Amino acid sequence: MTKSFGTRAGYSRRHALQLMAAGGTVGLLGPQLLGKPAFAQTPPPAPTGRVVVGLSQEPTVFNPLMPHLEVDDGVDFSIFDALFRINPEGVIIPNLAVEVPSQDNGGISEDGLQWRIKVRDDVRWHDGTPFTAEDVKYTLELIVNPDFRAWRTTGHALVHDITVVSPTEITWRMEVAFAPYLSFLTETFIVPKHVLETMADLNENAFNQAPIGTGAFKWGKRVAGDHVELVANLDYFGEGPYIEQLIFKYIPDNTVLYTQFRSGDIDLVGQAYITPDNYAEAATLADRVVTLVPKASVETIYLNMERPQFKELAVREAIYLAIDREAIIDALNYGVPTVTETFMPKQSFYFNPELPKHEFNLQRAAQVLDEAGWLPGADGIRAKDGVRLAFANSTTAGAHLREQAQQFIQQTLAEIGIEMTIANLPSAVMFGDFWALSQFDTAMSGITYLIGADPDVTNRFHTKAIAAQGGRGSNNAQYSNPEVDALLEEGSRTFDPETRRAIYFKVQEIVRRDLPFLPLFANTSVFGHKAGLQGFVSNSNTRTESWHAAGWYWA
Amino acid sequence: MPAFLLSRFLQSAVLLVIVSIIGFTVLNLMPGGPLAQYGLDPGMTMDDMERLKDQLGLNRPIWVQYFDWAWRLVQGDWGTSFRDGTPVLSVIGRHLFATLLLMGSSTVIAIAVGTWIGIRGATHRYSLFDYVATIGAMVALSIPTFWFGLVGIYVFSLKLGWLPAGNMYTIGDGSVLNYLHHLIMPSVVLALVHIAIWSRYMRTATLDVISQEFVKTARAKGVTERRVLMKHVVGNALLPMITLAGVQLPSILTGALVTETVFTWPGMGRLFLDSLGYSDYPVVMGLLMFSAILTIAGNLIADIVVALVDPRIRLA
Repeated sequence: MTKSFGTRAGYSRRHALQLMAAGGTVGLLGPQLLGKPAFAQTPPPAPTGRVVVGLSQEPTVFNPLMPHLEVDDGVDFSIFDALFRINPEGVIIPNLAVEVPSQDNGGISEDGLQWRIKVRDDVRWHDGTPFTAEDVKYTLELIVNPDFRAWRTTGHALVHDITVVSPTEITWRMEVAFAPYLSFLTETFIVPKHVLETMADLNENAFNQAPIGTGAFKWGKRVAGDHVELVANLDYFGEGPYIEQLIFKYIPDNTVLYTQFRSGDIDLVGQAYITPDNYAEAATLADRVVTLVPKASVETIYLNMERPQFKELAVREAIYLAIDREAIIDALNYGVPTVTETFMPKQSFYFNPELPKHEFNLQRAAQVLDEAGWLPGADGIRAKDGVRLAFANSTTAGAHLREQAQQFIQQTLAEIGIEMTIANLPSAVMFGDFWALSQFDTAMSGITYLIGADPDVTNRFHTKAIAAQGGRGSNNAQYSNPEVDALLEEGSRTFDPETRRAIYFKVQEIVRRDLPFLPLFANTSVFGHKAGLQGFVSNSNTRTESWHAAGWYWA
Repeated sequence: MPAFLLSRFLQSAVLLVIVSIIGFTVLNLMPGGPLAQYGLDPGMTMDDMERLKDQLGLNRPIWVQYFDWAWRLVQGDWGTSFRDGTPVLSVIGRHLFATLLLMGSSTVIAIAVGTWIGIRGATHRYSLFDYVATIGAMVALSIPTFWFGLVGIYVFSLKLGWLPAGNMYTIGDGSVLNYLHHLIMPSVVLALVHIAIWSRYMRTATLDVISQEFVKTARAKGVTERRVLMKHVVGNALLPMITLAGVQLPSILTGALVTETVFTWPGMGRLFLDSLGYSDYPVVMGLLMFSAILTIAGNLIADIVVALVDPRIRLA
């Protein structure tokens, strides 16, 4: 969903007004299911033309069940289908399944343990073989096969007794009721049993280099280090595709990525999108549509709660009060991102808008520290019981905007007697053990809290998810609150969205009060594509701009 | 000669072992590792990370991993890329053409133009040409390549629209002309620095030779100035250039990091940078060994060629 519709760039005002008349406000703010374009134009009868998507990282993993990054998702979403998809409004809709199971329609039993899913009977793999429930069973079993180098196994490990009732129906039993699994399945692409069964090696094989799926596009070829080429699947069961060729072009430098968007070499800027410093200029380019799209990630300063400085709430509150977020957003990030008080993306159904608003107030910050007994020592730095209010802040070295924000925060904190030193690391080092085992004092990064847009954040905030204390998740701030633990457990067992909403509102409230992390802003991407490209719809509930290339076409 | 070759070969083997041990150790000691790229993935649990480490064999002691890798290498197995799951040799092979094309053409430009400037600068010492060439070389050497690249893109692609802003070819058009069109800017930009280096070396080498007795003798015999220059001076001045070319040989195959990034050129330089960024150990080690072998081979070839063309040098 776009914060500002594409009237900023190549579109004329008249055109925009026409669109509003044609699609209505709803069409503008939230394009319909599966991105049916709100534009008046109609797609061509047969696929024509080519779309080149520029990406700043190279897609290299084409087996969607193996560990991969955001950048690989565009290829996965185009070649494969999952049982369900999640649309831009955050609603889970059928993909290979006929309907989304719920307790209401009997697809999920009252206790949440028995799942029954009906799948389509009109789907064929790219090699012509019919798709059946056997493929679903094979996929779910492959993920937990110990010999297979699977990506995420959370949720999948709970699935037992998978039974293929008929080619169009499958059932299974969950070890415990686990509501987020439905969302996880929107990112679990189904792979062909008949192809993978014949592979001698599950991890290194021909399928991984030339995948066969059911999606709107078929594998074309890969020119290593340069691009991946997909071609239209004329037998696709769903809407589209309307373009003949879909290209994912690797452009390793963000400046060059933008330059090639300007020069017209690429039709659409994919990840890492247009950098904020180029936003103002990009918005003036002719024949280009440039929009701001909220991301699921929140720019965050994690406070390591096991460090003696941060154990006291007053300290965390004071630091938050002493951060001039507006200046960071407007002056350093060109006004592109937006303020937030929570980990929940704003576009989520579960976003709590009623949280206390942050205030930048150095006086108040100093006062909070004074009252809590953190008083300036001989060196001007506050201390209490022998603990100095000094800490290091780490972020990815070379991330210019973050480095500027750090220096800015460092200066303001110094004014109230807090010493922040900067200790940055290359990303390959930062996000290894240093991050996973909470070896930092404080860390700044863009954090995605949700998995597959489900509101469950057990992995980030539950006590048992603290890896540094032997836990199994990524609660890197080492945050522990029994009340939150209980709420999270309840939330993951609850299927009804309204009931869950109340639970996660409460979680957000407590986390906002406890401040295990300081939210700087909600990340926003600057998307850009040629004005002639129709049917493009962004979806913040997925990790890729190319989640629905099937709907794209040229005017 | 055979004795020389044998001893050089043995030295090289020892060198390769040392290079591989140092490379492997440094790479593995670097904190982070191949799974760090998933560090921010909210869905990857510690269990998933541990399982993948086991599956990739990363939980074994470093020396076990090293011997496993080295033993496979001796048998001709260079390993498999962590990133895309294909054999390392095929990963290298798929990036080699792009680099050969770019580095090959820029080297040809650099040698041709650099040699010409060097000789002319030496024969017309302290002329306007010599001053311009000297200053030009200083400028080319002091300004980073990416700057020339970006300025080139700005002027010739965005403003004038004469040349493409990057890429090796237009997707959907694989014609030779299309490749050449894309090759012009990156190869010239890359050649600038090398022209500067070659012209300085060539100028010095030519000056050295020009003042030698045998050149004076040739002139005294009444040989034409052109013949003196071509036969007596340039021939001898090129000798040190052979060594220089030998040293530069590996770079022709290992690529140009910065230029390849600025011009979106899918070559070896970028492969190295990316593989390092993702801690793709097998590919990084493969590239390290590849370039070590090339460096050793380049030096060896230069020694042999110099010995062959210069009768004064005899390899013991």
